[in-house]
Amino acid sequence: MLNGFLRNSKVRIGLGVFAAFLLLALLGPWFVSAVMHTTPRTIDYDALGQPPSAKHLLGTTLPGSDVLAQVIVGARGSVFVGITSAVLATVIAALVGVPSGFLGGRLDHGLTAFTNLFLTLPSFALTLIIAGYVQGAAWWVIALIIAAFEWPGGARTLRSQTMSLRGRDFTVAMRMLGESKTRLVFAEVMPHMTGIVSAMFLRACVAGVFAEAALSFLGIGTTGSVSWGTIISEAQGQSAILNGLWWWFVPPGLCIALLGTATALVNFGIDEISNPRLSAANRKLMKRFRRAARTAEPEVAR
Amino acid sequence: MTFWAALTFNFLIPRFMPGDPAATMLRRIQQLTGQAPTPDQIRSVRLFFGGARENLPAQYLHYLNDLVHFRFGLSLSEYPTPVSDLIAQALPWTLLLVGTTTIIAWIVGTALGAYMGWKPGSRFDAIFAPTTTFLHAIPTFWLSLVALWAFAFQLGWFPVSGAYDPDVPYQINNLWFLLSILKYGALPALTLIFIGFNGWLFTMRNVMVTTVSEDYVLLAKAKGLPTWRVLFKYAARNALLPNVTGLALAIGGILGGVLLTEVVFTYPGLGHRLYRATVDHDFPVMQTIFLLITLTVLIANLIADSIYVLLDPRTRDEA
Repeated sequence: MLNGFLRNSKVRIGLGVFAAFLLLALLGPWFVSAVMHTTPRTIDYDALGQPPSAKHLLGTTLPGSDVLAQVIVGARGSVFVGITSAVLATVIAALVGVPSGFLGGRLDHGLTAFTNLFLTLPSFALTLIIAGYVQGAAWWVIALIIAAFEWPGGARTLRSQTMSLRGRDFTVAMRMLGESKTRLVFAEVMPHMTGIVSAMFLRACVAGVFAEAALSFLGIGTTGSVSWGTIISEAQGQSAILNGLWWWFVPPGLCIALLGTATALVNFGIDEISNPRLSAANRKLMKRFRRAARTAEPEVAR
Repeated sequence: MTFWAALTFNFLIPRFMPGDPAATMLRRIQQLTGQAPTPDQIRSVRLFFGGARENLPAQYLHYLNDLVHFRFGLSLSEYPTPVSDLIAQALPWTLLLVGTTTIIAWIVGTALGAYMGWKPGSRFDAIFAPTTTFLHAIPTFWLSLVALWAFAFQLGWFPVSGAYDPDVPYQINNLWFLLSILKYGALPALTLIFIGFNGWLFTMRNVMVTTVSEDYVLLAKAKGLPTWRVLFKYAARNALLPNVTGLALAIGGILGGVLLTEVVFTYPGLGHRLYRATVDHDFPVMQTIFLLITLTVLIANLIADSIYVLLDPRTRDEA
């Protein structure tokens, strides 16, 4: 399973890019201070709002900070919030969805109603308001708030999956053998959901990065620290658009888009493996097949 | 049940936020008049907001009673405009902008997706699949900024902000006014469509790929039916299901979904209004917009469920 997973080129590319960003988030600040000898807030008075050059590879902001340094350090702010919120959201989704699907009954009713309530709430608007309430909070608080509105979709999927797995032969067999419910859940049901859970996790991760960027953009994210969202927000606040400083706000957005693409690619790979009919195959293989179908006898075509 | 819970949430969340609307109002008075408000004024403002005098359950009952009678109160930040007026001003813009873009994006995405799924692995599919993956991962607000910079400031093709030309009389039956709406709405609309269609395209493509390999599609092909007929009447029609329910849900999410785009383009819609209300601690406006959003989402859910039953006979048996 894992082997086939890694053989898929989409998955490999996606995971590669994702790992690169993770590395950037972990080592970025060190790299900026040790190799580039600067900080995202250092002001270069000789270069205020300058376009990309040899000295400042991505140019400088209007107050004279290096954009590249900001983007690298900002990776930590964005990716950490994304991953933390994704971990939390996945855990909550599993805690709500799996017992609800596995145990059924009154508990299921209660938990489903709870999930549905959160599904109908306008999540981003609520996140906005609550984040405004804790204005200037630490990054993990923002992650917590984002996670609080990210889990319901996942809980619903996990619930229906658990319900279907509960009735499969192998689970029923193990129940007959007298396995405890906890063991049934952890040893029989959960392993079959690794694919779904990891896809969910990645999607939540990107959603977290998106939400953090959006909040920072509205000026309601973490204050003080740098993230891709705050860079874009500062650029807009100091009329980078009006002055045509495109190098200020374009790179952070591209980073977000790249990260999103990477996770989407991994998810496609997971989809293709779990549902072989989806795989777009190899174009050469398709052509060869079509040619064969045209020339050979009907049995080969079917 | 869900509705009641949502109502209660609506009531509670603003109440637990710090920041006192009365204090904000007093500060505003101080700024306007240039002198500190007298104790008399403070008392009357407090009295007027009523918040501190009633306990929470009493406020709650009050709130429910007001809702039943469709009384939404007065805006605090733009006192004394009734909230219903503010919403009535903002709602048409959001419906116009997001409603049309959602529908156009849906049509474009579904059609392209159907075509892509029809021949998985074709050149068209191979080029478009990665491109749309990338497009789908772009944050809308960032693309709005880039579009604003490129097309409004650099090229000067589109106006920078607003929803209509302020120099043209505000009349619905004035042709120039309608044209200016079109001109001002074009850039936000194009941005939303450009980002929006990708999601539809993907679901459609993936469902289509599985549908195309079904036996009844093969049979239709074997009968010698024209390709377009097999594509639309046999394959696409069945593959459409998830996208149709998706559309119903998306229409429910319209009101809350474009907050950022509206903020970037300073488009006078509901999202912009909600953002302003949040910044200003304007509780009545926030509550009412929330109520509106929750209501539409619930109604859209209901519609989605019933559409599904109409379209897919298999789900009818269970009922």
